[in-house]
Amino acid sequence: MPSLPPIRPEDEAVAEKIRPGGAFDAPVDEAHGRILFELALRLGDDSLILGQRLAEWCGHAPGVEVDLSLANMALDLIGQATHFLTIAAEAEGKGRSADDLAFRRDVLDFKNCLLVEQPNGDFAQTMARQFLFSAWQKRLFDGLTACADDRIAAVAAKAVKEVAYHEELAAEWVIRLGDGTEESRARMIDGLDWMWRFIPELFETDEVMTDAAARGLVPDLASIRIGYDARVRAVLAEAGLEAPADQRPILGGRRGHHSEHLGHLLAVMQYLPRTYPDAVW
Amino acid sequence: MAAVRALDTDAIWDVLRAVPDPEIPVLSITDLGIVREVHEDRVILTPTYTGCPATLVIESMVREALDAAGFEHIAIETTLSPPWTTDWITPEGRAKLHAYGIAAPTRGVPACPQCGSEQTEEISRFGSAPCKSLWRCRSCAEPFDLFKCH
Repeated sequence: MPSLPPIRPEDEAVAEKIRPGGAFDAPVDEAHGRILFELALRLGDDSLILGQRLAEWCGHAPGVEVDLSLANMALDLIGQATHFLTIAAEAEGKGRSADDLAFRRDVLDFKNCLLVEQPNGDFAQTMARQFLFSAWQKRLFDGLTACADDRIAAVAAKAVKEVAYHEELAAEWVIRLGDGTEESRARMIDGLDWMWRFIPELFETDEVMTDAAARGLVPDLASIRIGYDARVRAVLAEAGLEAPADQRPILGGRRGHHSEHLGHLLAVMQYLPRTYPDAVW
Repeated sequence: MAAVRALDTDAIWDVLRAVPDPEIPVLSITDLGIVREVHEDRVILTPTYTGCPATLVIESMVREALDAAGFEHIAIETTLSPPWTTDWITPEGRAKLHAYGIAAPTRGVPACPQCGSEQTEEISRFGSAPCKSLWRCRSCAEPFDLFKCH
């Protein structure tokens, strides 16, 4: 039986350069890819679901200018979702596209926060949701401009100005309705009341976020919270409203545990690609 | 050889200068400042807004224009960084906007593109396109679009 030639010292030097990922390729950090996938998915799902919610207003808003503003915010959000889900699909590396992620996942696989899937309700409820979300997203994206992943940093830098606009617009409506008529004020109070319990989830630091922070992918959520709380307090004060009493926080969206509302939203959003798979324009 | 290459990129710039923005056709994509770089083998574009529905249309218009001019081999790439802002609109582009009746982006109060009055007020944050807001002139009472400073 032929024996293998003896190992020479120079072979050992070469062997040391060969990494477990294969030959001379860059090392494959599977954990990093997994965290990047999870993070990009959360960011993309937040934007996608809220974009779809706002699009439901199209043609139904209280006035044509409001209709335009809601549809335009929806466009911005769906644009963000396209970028984030593309990054997620690449990080996953299983050949799925951004469209596959948007249209071929079911409720349990969505990782958006519960706030964005809440029903539109009346216009006040929609604006309460928008303000509480955009004020958070603005501060998150500010931090994400320094993300260790260049692509996420680029999307955040691009989108942060648009989100600042969303926040400003929604804040103005919270103030106008809160400081408006008895009717508009009562509706804004109800809207804020509905959305308030979903705020803590925005700042939830689970394993994914802790790992992502350690990798320089996300800013420290606790420090974002300080500016967020101050901003919300200031806008409510200007609107002459009191902050709703803190309620038991509801969590779970980041793990795929959603409210009944998400399934109905997906049924509408995914109808066409599910009924006619692979249809093209 | 080098001279031929320079001519090539000049010719590509000329082709791109003739591609109109689909939302505001009075502007070309070079007036808008969304052509970032032109090389012998590729052009690099950047979107105006993250969700701008015109982005894909612009890409296919550029493809068509390049093909028609015999530049089938030129690839089209996009970049997000550095982000586009309205500061990328050229002085020529600003003049074209004004002549078209759209106030050019400004950090202050825009002057009415019809009568030049500065007695103007915002009617709506969002106008006929995501990049525009709706204003009204208090002097001549005409409404007008403002290309939002971004």
